[in-house]
Amino acid sequence: MKRRSLILRSTLLAGLAVLGGTPRAHAEDLVFLSTQLRPIEEATKVREIILKGAPVKPVYVVDEPAPFTVRLQAELATNRHTTSLVGALHGELQPFAPTGGLSPLDDLAKQLTDRGIPDKLMALGRFGGEHQLYIPWMQATYFMAANKQALPYLPKGADINALTYDQLAEWGANIQSATGKRMIGFPAGPKGLMHRFFEGFLYPSYTGGVVTPFRSEAAEAMWVKFEDLWKTVNPNSTNYNFMQEPLLSGDVWIGFDHVARLLDALTQKPDDFVTFPAPSGPKGRAYMPVIAGLAIPTGAPDPKGAVELIKHLILPATQIATAQAVGFFPVVNAALPPDLSPGLKLAVSAITATQGAKDALPSLLPLGLGSKGGEFDKVFLDTFQLVVLRGQKPRAVLDKQAESLRKIMTDTAAPCWSPDAPSIGACPVQ
Amino acid sequence: MRKSLIPYLLIAPSVVFLAVLFLVPLVQTVGLAFERDAAWSFGNFSTMAGDLNFSDAIYNTFRIVLIVVPLQLALAIGMSLMLRHLQRGRDIVLWIWSIPLGISDLAAGLMWLAILNDRGYLNSLLFSLHLISSPQSYLTYETPVALLGAIIIAEMWRATAIVLVIVVAGLQLVPKEYAEAAGVFGATPWQIFRRITLPLIKPSIQTALILRTVLAFEMFGIVLALGGRNVPVLVSEAYTWQYANQDYGVAAAYAVVVMVISLAATLVYLRVLRTPPEQRT
Repeated sequence: MKRRSLILRSTLLAGLAVLGGTPRAHAEDLVFLSTQLRPIEEATKVREIILKGAPVKPVYVVDEPAPFTVRLQAELATNRHTTSLVGALHGELQPFAPTGGLSPLDDLAKQLTDRGIPDKLMALGRFGGEHQLYIPWMQATYFMAANKQALPYLPKGADINALTYDQLAEWGANIQSATGKRMIGFPAGPKGLMHRFFEGFLYPSYTGGVVTPFRSEAAEAMWVKFEDLWKTVNPNSTNYNFMQEPLLSGDVWIGFDHVARLLDALTQKPDDFVTFPAPSGPKGRAYMPVIAGLAIPTGAPDPKGAVELIKHLILPATQIATAQAVGFFPVVNAALPPDLSPGLKLAVSAITATQGAKDALPSLLPLGLGSKGGEFDKVFLDTFQLVVLRGQKPRAVLDKQAESLRKIMTDTAAPCWSPDAPSIGACPVQ
Repeated sequence: MRKSLIPYLLIAPSVVFLAVLFLVPLVQTVGLAFERDAAWSFGNFSTMAGDLNFSDAIYNTFRIVLIVVPLQLALAIGMSLMLRHLQRGRDIVLWIWSIPLGISDLAAGLMWLAILNDRGYLNSLLFSLHLISSPQSYLTYETPVALLGAIIIAEMWRATAIVLVIVVAGLQLVPKEYAEAAGVFGATPWQIFRRITLPLIKPSIQTALILRTVLAFEMFGIVLALGGRNVPVLVSEAYTWQYANQDYGVAAAYAVVVMVISLAATLVYLRVLRTPPEQRT
């Protein structure tokens, strides 16, 4: 008996030693976990340039969005917190807003009023609620890039900085009839951001909204037009995740994507490409600003240090350094220096042209959807798959998908966000 | 009493290890699949079945498994029989044949992607042979047959080796004398294979088929690399629901479906390919 208990005990002890013996790397360090600036070169720039001179020296850790969510949820569920500061996109922070996973930063927001963060941007960090849950960190948007070889085929009289969707389709058709190839590309692959194109660009441009006019006649007409445009789109688009790759290889000449997913092409071959805003539809030139925010998880080990770091990260000088190092643009009032690299200049010019276009129609990221953000995206991707890829009639598909959309809106009770007209209670699907 | 406990103590770590890292997540997954809004429900399963990709995922998964597994088995048996007749260099050949075993699913998928994409090695080769004048697409939604073919070829390349290794091991246990004796009585090579070799390696075939079929139902990396969203299969849909749609319940429901199918396939093999004890060598 004695021996057995001894064996058992030593086995248990050995097991415990294995489980608990791994040192948790410097528990006293402030961990800054980010889903942005993940590639090794960018992360190095964060550590060596952006965080240089910070009042607190954090450990900068990066993770893909999916494991990021799992990690944060696990830390909250087990009440064992290692992360003091998180940097992530608006949509990635959103699932934590309704569950109380993020600490309110109202005092900090008040202290930062002199930094010149636009009110609309700051409001995004409240997710439609009362408390400031993140402080805007950096911003970007989507635009289009074209190989200069495509320029001779531009439709007659078209201004590349004021294209319409009809002209884009004509452009693609011109190229196709001249070269026999479909040279427009969209990031519709498994990790592409195609849903943002529908939510922030196509839908508002044609219907003036996203949710309310989801199954309107204007939306039906839009899908018919888009099906037409898709005839000149490279069929490999459903495999494209980052448009910089097919643009660089020459598989496509014209591509739409997020600035961070085009920047490689622009910096590697700045002389080969032109950049310009996304096209416009009958209701204007809709575009979606992309916002990354800084938040402090509830129960963070070092909230004070995290606040200090946020203050550092949104200093004008840090913001300019960030733009130069990684191509994300300031959220505060800070002028970019004129000696930017040619690739970054291309990006800046497209972003400025997008924001400054006469018919510009900013369409915000979905607000108040909580953990239903993924299902919301799915409605648009499913509609695209059924109408455009499988050739079903838009009317029937829109009516059916509108049911799913309505359910998401009523379940979350999310009010409309711009450019949909404001609503009392859940945003209605007409 | 003490002595009889020792075997249990010795296997205890592995049992605990499996229980903690397999059974617990399994129970949690099943729980997650049947839970919605903190109540027991079939809601996740009805969402899953109502989704536009569900029937495609089932169809694609079964189609690929039903094509790939029999082909792999036939190929593996053929290769191992040929291997038997080699006088020298058997080990080298076997070693080369089993190289794909060491390559991960996704890496194999990416490798075939490098061969088969528009600017891949295959198109370069065809172009340099003047067989094509511009890049051909094989992996788009407009070329479903070529895409399916590409996935099948990649799966064959990657996973035939595991079947081969098991069949080779089984064949080594079959004494050559049996075949020689049959030859003396005038049996043709086909008869020897059909009536002697095949029944004797049935247990290995059973093992290989169970292993291979279960793994084939879980295929993911190759399909994702080559087909992206164009070829939904069960596991890729589970992934999409988990990470893109962030609905863990539906993802768990897919996982349960994959598990049930794998279990059913295993039971079918155990039953159909049963070798009565008195027939075992």
